[in-house]
Amino acid sequence: MAKIDKVLMSGNEAMAEAAICAGCRSYFGYPITPQNELLEYMSAHMPNAGGVFIQAESEIAAINMCYGAAAAGMRTMTSSSSPGISLKTEGISYIAGADLPCVVVNVVRGGPGLGNIAPAQGDYFQATKGGGHGDYHMIVLAPSTIPESVELVMLAFELADRYRGPVMVLADGMLGQMMEPVVLPESIDPATLPAKQWAITGARGREANLVTSFYLDPVELNEMDVRREERYREIEKNEVRYEEYKTEDAEVVVAAFGSMARISRTAVRMARSEGIKLGLLRPISVWPFPYEPLRALSRRVGTILTVEMNAGQMVEDVRLAVAERAETPFYGQLGGLVPSPNDILREVKRYAG
Amino acid sequence: MPVSTENMVRVFGRPESLNESAFSYCPGCHHGVVTRMIAQAIDELNIRERTVVIAPVGCSVSMYQWFRCDGTQAAHGRACAIATGIKRVNPDLIVFTYQGDGDLAAIGTAESIHAANRGENITVVFINNQIYGMTGGQMAPTTLLGQWATSCPEGRDGRLAGHPIRFAEMVAQLDAPVYVTRQSLFDQKRLIAAGRAIKKAFRYQVEEKGYSLVEVLTNCPTNWRMGTLEANKHLAEVVVNTFPLGDFVDRG
Repeated sequence: MAKIDKVLMSGNEAMAEAAICAGCRSYFGYPITPQNELLEYMSAHMPNAGGVFIQAESEIAAINMCYGAAAAGMRTMTSSSSPGISLKTEGISYIAGADLPCVVVNVVRGGPGLGNIAPAQGDYFQATKGGGHGDYHMIVLAPSTIPESVELVMLAFELADRYRGPVMVLADGMLGQMMEPVVLPESIDPATLPAKQWAITGARGREANLVTSFYLDPVELNEMDVRREERYREIEKNEVRYEEYKTEDAEVVVAAFGSMARISRTAVRMARSEGIKLGLLRPISVWPFPYEPLRALSRRVGTILTVEMNAGQMVEDVRLAVAERAETPFYGQLGGLVPSPNDILREVKRYAG
Repeated sequence: MPVSTENMVRVFGRPESLNESAFSYCPGCHHGVVTRMIAQAIDELNIRERTVVIAPVGCSVSMYQWFRCDGTQAAHGRACAIATGIKRVNPDLIVFTYQGDGDLAAIGTAESIHAANRGENITVVFINNQIYGMTGGQMAPTTLLGQWATSCPEGRDGRLAGHPIRFAEMVAQLDAPVYVTRQSLFDQKRLIAAGRAIKKAFRYQVEEKGYSLVEVLTNCPTNWRMGTLEANKHLAEVVVNTFPLGDFVDRG
């Protein structure tokens, strides 16, 4: 039955339901604030959908259960928040190395260390630059609203299968905890998904399938790594996603992702009402990063101000894109503090006009 | 004079579940014996096409390449979590892990204990040779007190480095496991018993009874710096005093 009604859900619950809609039938997790509602939702709803739910003994076990389920050909997901994601990075590296599709949700909180449970964006480097050992990337999608979280969780499963690798949905404590009305998507029946010929299903009437990240011979490992790099170049070509808001005539542009982009949008409207020509560029995929759109913008605006809830992480990618063509200041707050539209506008005024 | 094989009866051969690859184990090592016993059990239970090999880190890291079964390779210590993921999403598969003492009882303690505690319907074959083989002979959680290893050059001192972990006994304290046993391979009688234990552990999984652990006391002539016969004698006369043989749980 088509779900057409709007339902009021927290971000955590909505991302869980979106995974089930995407045909995910296995979830493995471990409690950590502020993502607990995702795990709890799965514990209640995954069995009803005929899927597997396990509260694992650790984040490490959970991601390795995902490795197993993905190797067996099932759509699979785990979720956590920053310290838990650190534990998962070992497994994420193996999943990337074994070319397994898997979706990981990170509801980011303040760090480093135990930090706190407030919203933050301090895991940008970890998410976009590898995180674990070895040369690998994850596609990283950063929603800025709950409806978009649903959309991007659905997309994450599709991309994980298409490119055979881990895909991260990079949310934060605000997106996880707040509630918004969402329209749930049409459910995908996992039986209708294309069969994964490489999966571990029992060597019945065929040669054995092997899923591994282990290649002792450097020539062989090089070959596998190069092939994966080629896939990453394809991803960079095809999967860059971003949104521009009022950039057509902008003199200053804010670059922000996730919750921070949502708040920046309000700052743009406030600036416009004061006659300041402010625009917003919002990367939706933070890997692959929208270097080209930023490069294009930098040819016609004087300042691109990066705003983040961290000490300045995405700003490094912005500067890579912009080079010296425009000013690239940074504004951020740490510790789980969330800059307000007024904070951003005050900062913008230093560069406008 | 060439011998004709025409009228001979084949009484022993390579198990069907193994392909033509050569094992990469050292001469005299028990790993090859256990690996072969597993293949024989798979043959006898006729489950090759349903079986999934989860290779560990260490000397058996390439194990999945020797079987004519689907397989994967696990990160250090994580085999039981991977086994859980595979088995839960596809209960028709027969899933086994093969893990050494460092893998199962040090870096993977949590995964190993909790898979047992959930009673996952998997078979865990635990190779206890009291040393880290592949990395060159460092102390294992099962290294005997006083035993020399490259990372305890004065011999293992229980006050500083802990005591040998009796993993089978630990797992036997849990409610869920259906079969927990410790076997060895140092003489003919033990070889036969170990083969039977491995087969039983797989049979219980086929019968959906639940979690089995077969701990096998094995040698490591290379890193023990012993000849094979001496190593087997050491197992029979010394190692069994710390690690008694026998079944601890059999709820089959």
